[in-house]
Amino acid sequence: MKRPGIVKALLLVVFLAFIIHGGLRLYRHRHFDVPVVAGPGVTRVGRLSDFGPGLKGTMADTPVYYLEGAEPGGKAVLLSCTHANEPEGWLAALLMIENAVVERGTLIIIPQFNHSASRNTRSGDGYPLYFEIPTEWGQKTFRMGNRDASPLDQWPDPDVYIHYPERQLLSYIDVRNVNRTWPGRPNGPRMEKVTFAAMEIMRREKIDVAIDIHGAETMFPVTNCIVAPEKANRIATMAALTVKAREGFDSHVEPSPTGFRGLSHREIGDYSDTLPFLLEAPIPFLDQPTGPKTVKLLLDGKDPFLLRLAQKKKLFVSYDESGWPLEKRVGQHCSLTLEILSQYSKKNPERSIRVREIPRYAEVVQNGVGHYFHDPSAAPKDKVYMN
Amino acid sequence: MPFIMIFYYLITAFLTFLLAWNFVREKKKVEDLALYLLVLVPLVLRLLRVK
Repeated sequence: MKRPGIVKALLLVVFLAFIIHGGLRLYRHRHFDVPVVAGPGVTRVGRLSDFGPGLKGTMADTPVYYLEGAEPGGKAVLLSCTHANEPEGWLAALLMIENAVVERGTLIIIPQFNHSASRNTRSGDGYPLYFEIPTEWGQKTFRMGNRDASPLDQWPDPDVYIHYPERQLLSYIDVRNVNRTWPGRPNGPRMEKVTFAAMEIMRREKIDVAIDIHGAETMFPVTNCIVAPEKANRIATMAALTVKAREGFDSHVEPSPTGFRGLSHREIGDYSDTLPFLLEAPIPFLDQPTGPKTVKLLLDGKDPFLLRLAQKKKLFVSYDESGWPLEKRVGQHCSLTLEILSQYSKKNPERSIRVREIPRYAEVVQNGVGHYFHDPSAAPKDKVYMN
Repeated sequence: MPFIMIFYYLITAFLTFLLAWNFVREKKKVEDLALYLLVLVPLVLRLLRVK
């Protein structure tokens, strides 16, 4: 090699350019905050660390919004961003925070349950770092997260994740997946501390209903459904039948498997008196055989490869040229949440929960998701929370 | 930060030092220089707590 000093200097310049250019984008993404305007129903905002040790001051701590009604009644918890690459759950939860009014009972919303994952990305899969939703006052920008917590917040992964307390052997990466670490423990890995704190909410606040909002691939059998254990099955079935009859969309009921541990719909029910439900809406973006993982695919759910697979009956949901747009996914989550609360209230009138100002499926499809978000620059500063 | 995490950061720092030292000492092969830097990218990003 001639003139090794010059060659090394040139290579170092290229190296630093990669590090600075790529690193800055990732750093900004991890520290990008989304403003949320607390609506008229929000009575106070706490933190998950109020309920569990070892979370305060870490990226795993996350805001908890309380919507308390004037009348006492039952209590429900809504979790979204358990998997932060399924943004319809996050948008449905934020829509409720900005609009819902609770008349009776209490609704507790944790919009970024895996807060660390919401600040992580899957660069190897070409995930976009952000996506924008059109609103009546401009574009609202959201972070696109990942399924698992960032290794910056919990590292290293074990060779095999041994679930606590059932000791089932799970994939190594599930140690950072908060839908495998239920019911958690106060001195375990950080994601077990997250689920332990949430279990403490269920136990201390005597929560009646817990709803965990997700999205799932169209090629995955557990999609477009409500997953519920035996004790919540009747309410889930009534909710699924009611939305089908009244609102015209399908969402079947899947039983929560007893032999697969760590999932919210299994462990919340087994380790507390709460009735758990997990909602899945189809999200074509997550399917493997699609085109590039673009923001457009995330928002409209249209993909020519999935369309061909649908024609060959390889998908578990109906799929045509209209794709599976974000409005449908968010609308389904809103209607199913309302219907589960309604069915629970009918069965338990002394613990009923009455909520208004949450739009139903048809309204969200017609108006778009952005219609329900408020302009943070026009809102009083004490109502704006950075998430 | 738990002890095991601190230990892994120390391992990362040690590997980073080894690769950087090899980069400094290499005089013959451009391919090896490029490979050292390529392998350094994720290690440096982790040490800087970026990714």
